[in-house]
Formats: sequence, C-alpha cells, structure tokens
Amino acid sequence: MPTSRYAIADRQGFRIRAALARRESLLALLLLAAFIANSFLLPNFLDLDNLADGTFNFSEKALIALPMVLLIICREIDISVSGILALASVAMGWANANGAPPEALLPIAIATGTLCGCLNGVLVTRYGLPSIVVTIGTVSVFRGLSSVVLGDQAYTGYPQVMADWGQGYFFDSIPREFVILLAFAALFAVMLHATSWGRRIYAIGNNPVAARFSGIAVDRYRLVLFMLTGAMAGLAGYLLTGRIGSTRPNIAMGWELEIITMVILGGVSIAGGAGTIAGVMLAVFTLGTVTYGLSLANVPGIYMTIVIGILLLATIALPRLLSGRKK
Amino acid sequence: MKALLKMRETQLALCIVALIALVGVRAPVFITPGSLANLLTDSTLLIMLALAQMLVIVTRGVDLSMASTLALAGMMSALLAARFPALPLFVVVLAALGIGLVLGLVNGYLIGYLDLPPIVVTLGTMSVYRGMVFVLSGGAWVSSHQMPPEFVAFPLARLLGMTHLVWLAALTVLAAWYVARHSRFGRDLYAIGNEPSSARYVGIPIARRLLWSYGLSGAMAGLCGYLWVARYAVAYTEIAYGFEFTVIAACVIGGISIAGGCGSVAGAVLGSLFLAVIGNALPVVKVSPFWQSALTGIVILAAVLINARNGKQGGRQILPLHGLNPTGPAA
Repeated sequence: MPTSRYAIADRQGFRIRAALARRESLLALLLLAAFIANSFLLPNFLDLDNLADGTFNFSEKALIALPMVLLIICREIDISVSGILALASVAMGWANANGAPPEALLPIAIATGTLCGCLNGVLVTRYGLPSIVVTIGTVSVFRGLSSVVLGDQAYTGYPQVMADWGQGYFFDSIPREFVILLAFAALFAVMLHATSWGRRIYAIGNNPVAARFSGIAVDRYRLVLFMLTGAMAGLAGYLLTGRIGSTRPNIAMGWELEIITMVILGGVSIAGGAGTIAGVMLAVFTLGTVTYGLSLANVPGIYMTIVIGILLLATIALPRLLSGRKK
Repeated sequence: MKALLKMRETQLALCIVALIALVGVRAPVFITPGSLANLLTDSTLLIMLALAQMLVIVTRGVDLSMASTLALAGMMSALLAARFPALPLFVVVLAALGIGLVLGLVNGYLIGYLDLPPIVVTLGTMSVYRGMVFVLSGGAWVSSHQMPPEFVAFPLARLLGMTHLVWLAALTVLAAWYVARHSRFGRDLYAIGNEPSSARYVGIPIARRLLWSYGLSGAMAGLCGYLWVARYAVAYTEIAYGFEFTVIAACVIGGISIAGGCGSVAGAVLGSLFLAVIGNALPVVKVSPFWQSALTGIVILAAVLINARNGKQGGRQILPLHGLNPTGPAA
C-alpha cells in the first residue's frame, strides 16, 4: 500500500495471523491450556462450588487492577493502592467502632480512597513529580497512618451487611464480589474503548505533549484517574474487610505488585499508550486458574509468586527473543 | 560559599546535623559517642544498597528486585554455612556475592540486551527470587545456633574501634565515588541516563553497561544479604521484605532523580543517613514506633517536593555550556 504523509491508513481488516499474535489471544490460549490441564490433573477442579469460591482470591485485586490499567496507559503508576486500601479499611473500622450506621461504611471507604487518590494526583499534577516516587512516599504515609490509628490492635465486629457483600453469594452460588468485578470490568471496558474519554487516555499515554496541544486537559485526566484508582481501592477495601471480617495494619500487604503484575501480564505497556481491559481480565482469569489449581494441589502459596514472576518475564521476553532482536 | 550552601548535599547534611542536635536536646543519650556509633552501624547496609541502586537509577532504571536478591543470597549463604560449618568465612561471603551477581546479571541481560523495561523485569525477578528463598529453605528459619560463630560474629566485630560493617560501608563509598566520578563505566551510566539516544550515537555500549550496572547492584545486594543475615543472626523468607522501597527512598531523598542522569554518591549516603537518623531517633524521643512509617513517607514527599523546586533548571551540568541556555531534562 503506498503511503504518503498526506494519507492516513485505514484500520487494518481482520487478519488471522495478526489476531493470533496478539497478547489477548495468547493469554486466552494460555488460560484454556491451564484450565484443561487443571481439569485433567485435579479431580475436584471442575466442582462448580469450588470454582466459584476460587474467584474470591482475585476479585478484590482485579477491582483495583481495572483503574490501574487506565493509569498505566496514561503513563502513570500508583504504588500506594494497598496503603489506600488499608487506610480505607481503618477509616471504616474507626467509624464502625464509633457508632456509624452500617450503610455509611461503604461511602466512608470510597471517600477515604478518593481523598488518598486526590493527594497522589495533586502531588503528581500540581508539582510535576514522577508518580512512582510520589506513590512510594504516600504508601508509607497511608500505611503509617493506619498503624498510628490501629497500634497493635485490630478492628473487628463489622456489621452483617459487609459480610454479605464481602463473602456472600447471589442465588447461593455466584459470589457477589465476582459479579461486582464483572460489572466494573464491563463498565471500564466501555469507558476505555467506546468513549472519547477513553480515546483521550490513549492519546495522553502515547504523547502527553501532543495531547496537550490537541486540547486535552492532560492534568485533569491524570488527577481524575488517580482519584478513580483511590476510590476503587476504597471499594476493594470494603469488600476485603467484609470478607475477612477484620482490619489489621498489614491488610493487603504487597498487593500493589501483584496488581501491577496483572496489568502488565494483560498486555498493558508500562511505557503507556497501549493495552485493553479484555487483556487484563484474561490475565486475571489465567492467574486465578493457575492459583486455584496450585492450591487444590496443595502447593504452598509462595510458589505462586515464582509462577507469576516467570509468567510475567516470559510474556515480555519471549516476543523479543523470538523476533531475534539483539543488539 | 554560596554555591556550596545551595548544594543539596550541604543542605541535607545540615538537616541531619540539626536533626541529631534537636533529638540530642530532648534526649542527651542520643549524642553520646556510643549511640552515634550505633547509628552509623545501623545505617551501613542502607548506604551500601543505596549506592548500588544509585548507579541503576542514574541510567533511568530501577532495581525492585534488590531486597529479594538480598534475601536469596543471605538465605543461601546461611544454608551454606549451616550445612558446611568448616567452610572458611570468605568462601561463604564470596558465594553470597557471586549469587547476588548472577541474579543481578539476569536482570541486566533482560534489561540491557533484550531492551525490556526495568520496572517490569525487576518486578518479575523480585517475585521469582523471593519465591526461591522459600523453595530453598522449605519455609524454615535458619537461626543463630545453626550458623557457625564466626559467620555471625563478623559484621559486628570491631577493627580500630569501628565495626566491620562501618569499614565495609566506607570502602563501598570510596569505590562508588571512584566508579561514579572517575571511571569510564560510571560516566557512561550518567550519559545513558541523560540521553540514551545520544549515548548510542557516541558509541557507548549501552547493553553491556546496563548488564553490569544491574550486575553490580545484584552483587552488592548479595554481599549485604550475608551481612544482614549474619548481623541479625537469623535467615527467613520474609527477610528485608519491602526494603527495596526504603533504598529507593534514600536515593530520592539524596536528590537522585528517578528520571535518570543525575545523582551523587554524597547524596545517596546522606539520604540513607537521614532515614537512619529518623529511624533511630523515634524511639529515643519516645515517639511510638507506629509513627515511623508515616514520618518516613512525609520525609520522602517533602524531599521530592524540594527536589522539584530546586531542580527546575534540570539535570546537573557536567561541562559548562558557553552561550547556551542550559535546559536539561526535568527532574
């Protein structure tokens, strides 16, 4: 096809080879392979109740991964999400201990999260600081404040409604957390892939300066995305606290790295500007299947970190190795 | 004199002295020589790791796997010493160093030769190395009575009144200063961080430089792994968990720009000392240890905010630009 700088190429039609080489298709194949291998190797794998319960392992993390996708596409990152989650949980625990009504707890969690995200966003946008440094700083502030409030205590005695949402089921079989995750995944997918708002996020990630010149209020988008991430971390904090029924200072420790791993494994480029919600959800399900299989096989959880690490390295290194790109 | 006062290193040093003096006023025991020597010993591992991390950050990279490398090398050296108590100490230390080097070179190969993003690569190896600590040890602890006495005694043994840790840190500072300021290897790292494409045009072997800068960071983490395990006389899976962020924080406080290309040895050392002073001062002035993390975070944020204010004119100018308005990359 002749190209000149006055012609803009149309979108490519559907090509089967190109489709197969995409990260999403590779992940889907991997997911299928893991699923089939598990169901042959593990007799109880296909037990529907177990399978449904397996979703608890990743639902809260995936809920935070969704806004993280937007942030990373936008060339930012938020290391502080687990600290936000902890602080939101502590805020709920404190409010609950001081007689707040049960229905006020969810707004409190989300408001705390949004506020934390707002702090990150203001520091990044107003002062032009790199987000990785800001959030390394704020994560110790958030977690530190949690431990200041909690000391060596723990908050327990949460109302029933939190347990209902954190560990409850719809129709006695589908975990509510999983339904919430699917709903939010759909919402984020539509926002990112079908609205001009989403297109602008890609534009910012591809070239922030050009995006600014084309009239996108880049900093406002960044600020909103940080607040959104905080809010989702607050929601995840509500669900997680409801599920385990207590708040401790080390709640969700180390989650930020698992969440970022999910996002990157799902094909979101750390350099910004590329990635899809579908890819990340596939990565979430793949990791979920592998974790679930390993736990059925009684493999200790820490082996999982090795598997995740190798998966992450392999998915980014293999394409480079195969294309023989060496310098 | 004015230029000297304007330097971040001087300001940071004055801050540290002021902080020590303030704490000393509240609690005179803090400024006794013994307590200050303890403070120095406590800060050594952080200083050594921050110096190695600095050489990585200067190239626009980051080594998130540092604490995991430390844990793996520490655990392996502890297991080695526990299994073969007759092994001379320097063999064990060399083994820890070598293990760290290999782990670092893996990072370096992936980042340098395959051109993969450092944050993703080290995030991956971080999980893998941390998991391997568990696999090797079976989740069990190696405690002090399993380790040979000289293995445990070495870090805190004294030479000319100072602990071995302090001497090692001093040697590291000298070596890092030489590498960063006077070796071609070190200057190349700054060049890569400042402008990778220009560095490639002038013929700097970027891949090889990156390989060895991560290798160095791994080797340092390996050495510190042995020192850490020996000093606290215990090795377990969670060793130094989350310490990579403390190290990066020390670098950031010391004015090493995460955007690459700028940072000094003095900055890394002073940043580490600053964090160590805060850590040691809190119990002395009877601030609850629960405040430590929050205060550290506030200090980091304050440091980057000040950085952003000072650094508006951009990276450090190595050679004067005649008749040009120097505009470096924004910090």
